[in-house]
Amino acid sequence: MSGIFNSSIGRKFAMALSAFFLMIFILQHFAINILSVFSADAFNEASHFMGTFWAVQYLLQPVLIFGVIFHFVMGFILEIQNNRARAISYAKNNGSANSTWMSRNMIWSGGFILVFLVIHFIDFWIPEINTKYIVGDMSGTLPNGEFRYHEELVHKFEPIWRVALYCIGFVFLALHLLHGFNSAFQSVGANNKYTKGLKGFSKVYAIGIPLGFIFIALFHHFNH
Amino acid sequence: MNLTLKIWRQKDANDKGKMVDYKINDVSPDMSFLEMLDVLNNELIEKGEEPVAFDHDCREGICGSCSLYINGEAHGPDRGVTTCQLHMRMFKDGDTIFIEPFRAKAFPVIKDLVVDRTAFDRIQHAGGFISVNTSGNTIDANAIPINKEDADDAFSAATCIGCGACVATCKNSSAMLFVGAKVSQFALLPQGQVEATERVLNMVNQMDAEGFGNCTNTGACEVECPKGISLENIARMNREYLAASLKG
Repeated sequence: MSGIFNSSIGRKFAMALSAFFLMIFILQHFAINILSVFSADAFNEASHFMGTFWAVQYLLQPVLIFGVIFHFVMGFILEIQNNRARAISYAKNNGSANSTWMSRNMIWSGGFILVFLVIHFIDFWIPEINTKYIVGDMSGTLPNGEFRYHEELVHKFEPIWRVALYCIGFVFLALHLLHGFNSAFQSVGANNKYTKGLKGFSKVYAIGIPLGFIFIALFHHFNH
Repeated sequence: MNLTLKIWRQKDANDKGKMVDYKINDVSPDMSFLEMLDVLNNELIEKGEEPVAFDHDCREGICGSCSLYINGEAHGPDRGVTTCQLHMRMFKDGDTIFIEPFRAKAFPVIKDLVVDRTAFDRIQHAGGFISVNTSGNTIDANAIPINKEDADDAFSAATCIGCGACVATCKNSSAMLFVGAKVSQFALLPQGQVEATERVLNMVNQMDAEGFGNCTNTGACEVECPKGISLENIARMNREYLAASLKG
């Protein structure tokens, strides 16, 4: 058991587990964000709960941060190992004849998602941590007493450059998920009679969720 | 057909190697690819030049010896065939054809297009076998009932000829389709259960030690495999390995 994560299969298994966790997190993130389109109050309530509930803040948040860092670091380590496994490249390689662009370029889509995440953290997560744990304001309210979350979200999507940046980030997320979703199942050994149906669902997830995030960004930009 | 061939030439394992251009004329579309190389080699010998070294043996798609990377694909542009089963009708008059050896750190080039694939042999030695009691009371294999689906899947996995196209075509030089097939052909049968735990652990450990890359599930290996070995075998190996790791 101790050597499992030193093996190629063990590393892929760990990569898949972190991917499952992140895919569930993205779904949960989307479920809360889409509330902002329909009801500012519901979005504020959900955001305040997520931002102040101890189990989310002190248990889930550290696990999430670990999961994100692990997924990226392991992805880069695997890429370096894989590059070393072929010292000399082919003079002519027709990769598109047997595999999708998404599957061959996970490191690039992942790299762009990392850049997007850094921007996203600067935009939302760092100010949130600053307000709550450095300034010490856990109220989640503006000076007028109203919740600040919806107001801050709408304000962030006022500049068109940020909306464009987020849209590009979500396109790369879609490209990453189009291969990554099914790949995670294959890595944990799940390839059976349900795989065909799963592939259909993965397309819905991989395109639907990023498209939903793009919709939210555009909605707030054009409606406020 | 008149063709231009761009062929990897390398004197020996220590030589740097380079692509060299050759012109070949009057190639029949009915020739096999290896026959076309035979014609080229005859011409080179007549001119006093060193013929191109390439692996071949049965020339009927069974031995797994031929190992060329042709126009960017293992065993060329046709599907479900080895290089010896590839015919020149797949190309057009005037084409330029790139011919390279299978590339992987674990498959070092010996000469020209010949690569050392003994890494596969060492993986097989690590666990690709079963132990049978041959003391006189051996049970006939056919006396053990086996589910038809399992028997079919085991047989499909066993059709792997170990040519290495999976490694050559994988962008990571991963050998997981080969090892997955070799693990699966025993894992699916009762005869393979006795050594199942040791087998998958030892074979995967040897695969990693040989320097093959990690599988990223692009599926290119399945597409290029001349025997159509399915990705399901990799998933089965993953399950077997994870279960064996928990036991071990």
